[in-house]
Amino acid sequence: MAVIQDVHGHTHDHPTGIMRWLTTTNHKDIGTLYLCFSLAMLFVGGFLAMGIRAELFMPGIQILEPEVFNSFTTLHGLIMVFGAVMPAWVGFANWQIPLMIGAPDMAFARLNNWSFWLLPIAALLLITSFFVPGGAAAGGWTFYPPLSTQGGIGTDMMLFAIHIFGMSSIMGSINIITTILNMRAPGMTLMKMPMFVWSWLITAYLLVLVMPVLAGAVTMVITDRNFGTSFFNAAGGGDPVMFQHIFWFFGHPEVYIMILPAFGVISEVIATFSRKPLFGYTSMVYAIAAIALLSCFVWAHHMFTVGMPVTGQLFFMYATMLIAVPTGVKVFNWTATMWRGSMTFETPMLFAIGFIVLFVIGGFSGVVCAIVPVDVQVQDTYYVIAHFHYVLVSGALFALFAGAYYWLPKWTGHMYSETLGKWHFWLSMIFFNVAFFVQHFLGLAGMPRRIPDYALQFADFNMISSIGAFGFGLTQLLFVYIVIKCVRGGEKAADKTWEGATTLEWTHLPSPAPYHSFETPPVVK
Amino acid sequence: MTKTNNIDILKKLLIFSVVMFGFGYALVPIYKKFCEVTGIYELERPDAVSKNIEVDNTRLINLQLDANVRSLPWKFRPLQSYIRLHPGKLTEVMYEISNESEEPQVGQAIPSYSPKNLERYLKKVECFCFSQQELNGKEVKQLPVRFLIDPEMPDDIHTATISYTFFKVKAN
Repeated sequence: MAVIQDVHGHTHDHPTGIMRWLTTTNHKDIGTLYLCFSLAMLFVGGFLAMGIRAELFMPGIQILEPEVFNSFTTLHGLIMVFGAVMPAWVGFANWQIPLMIGAPDMAFARLNNWSFWLLPIAALLLITSFFVPGGAAAGGWTFYPPLSTQGGIGTDMMLFAIHIFGMSSIMGSINIITTILNMRAPGMTLMKMPMFVWSWLITAYLLVLVMPVLAGAVTMVITDRNFGTSFFNAAGGGDPVMFQHIFWFFGHPEVYIMILPAFGVISEVIATFSRKPLFGYTSMVYAIAAIALLSCFVWAHHMFTVGMPVTGQLFFMYATMLIAVPTGVKVFNWTATMWRGSMTFETPMLFAIGFIVLFVIGGFSGVVCAIVPVDVQVQDTYYVIAHFHYVLVSGALFALFAGAYYWLPKWTGHMYSETLGKWHFWLSMIFFNVAFFVQHFLGLAGMPRRIPDYALQFADFNMISSIGAFGFGLTQLLFVYIVIKCVRGGEKAADKTWEGATTLEWTHLPSPAPYHSFETPPVVK
Repeated sequence: MTKTNNIDILKKLLIFSVVMFGFGYALVPIYKKFCEVTGIYELERPDAVSKNIEVDNTRLINLQLDANVRSLPWKFRPLQSYIRLHPGKLTEVMYEISNESEEPQVGQAIPSYSPKNLERYLKKVECFCFSQQELNGKEVKQLPVRFLIDPEMPDDIHTATISYTFFKVKAN
């Protein structure tokens, strides 16, 4: 086990200051850029969420005019999906995949730089669209026509931003696939890869499969708006319902693009802190592949109420429920990994267990939504909002936190504050449930989503939900403080920070990981 | 682990992305074809009417007629605003369109029905909506819709609405 100790043995002639970050081709630098960008976007999207919850604190219109409220919900969704969650996972991929497979860097370093620097441009387009005449796009993050074929320049900026986000994602996934397929250390066979790498390999394939289809749909909306085509315009022989089919052909795999890397991180963290190998490694790989495959055949469950033959509804209902099977395999395997393990409950483990508990709730409400007659009732209500925030906030976001706490010692060389980390977890856990659990009740009682005002009967639950949301939002400032504190200093992290860790970055590299690592590939037995 | 190997994968994945972009566009004709084959999308085709549909004289349906125009300088109205009819009876209603402008214009009428699922029971044998309508400047036309309502229609439907909207078709 040759540990690379040579931290400063290279002659670095890369630029310093801002140019270092603009021109960097180092996977660790780019990973850091991705993570910082997505954290900033989390707060932009979070600010919009706070605006939404502030308006919904009481019945009536207090803070946001309805048009602005619509822009807030639209941009909250877009920024969180394309700006926060997806770039955060690409950031993790950049940092971790080369370290975990024993590669010196990503396969296409320059491409990597481009894929990142497209993101701030797209984000700038989205944010500045609030200040153009007509305001930001307001037709929902799914930008269904005819609302998206109307609207002002803000909608054009939004569409262009999605194009740029999409290009960045496609380039990023091509890079990730090539790195994983071609640059593994000798002896690292596919079935020896850490689960996080597996989850990203499959996610990247999903991305190149569906992102171009979204690009097609976006292009069609753009040409409908500006060049007189009629893909979605009934007046010209087009069909707005067709947009929904094309959009969700992308959109459903997209939700798995956001959650599969989370499965990978949770698999690493649970195994490490249970001090046992992951239970059912092979079945985990097949489960991820099965989920990815099935996710391409369930899109119309988002559209049960737009009108489709009963046969279609039944097909999409059963196909959707089928996804619960491989997902269940994963949950049971995590539980079995913990079974009789020597568990300890550091912050990453807390977030991982919180993930499992809350993701299962979100998964179950997903199965409820898949039942056609129930879905007809809960479509576009707060029940659906509660469902997808359980799988995306306490799912994807909690897994991001778990991963961040897990690898921060390796990235910075310092331990984060365990006390503050635990505070972050418990406050997040409590406030998240206060904010979102009651939304199930609101939805079942019939409160529609995307509306700035509501009937008086919904007042109490909305106030509770808003208080929870404010608390959850404030708690995330604590995370920023913990990260900054950890980057600046703190207890020196051991090379193998976690006793139960087995992957290459812990066993073969010092903490912090040197700027250049694995220039001589390690040999995996 | 050579450089060319990486470039090969890059090329394949790029081609795959372009193909998937094309697939997005291919979904448009696939969708149209799918709707045609499954009979979801047959706005421009007369319905097949079975010869032995019997008139149900015990029921009387209120049928409201509605007409709208979008982005055309036309006037469009039904000659009667509503009719009462027995299910199963072949009926004809007349609509009138008039071009208020001096230029010839082409329009296409798109139907919309209420209540939901009325299209299953409304059998149209002739309709001006089956083809595009061209009007010269200041021209006025009276156009028929011939249809019957299937007696199978659920008993709780007493009033139904047929609405047409004329949309502008761009001259090629």
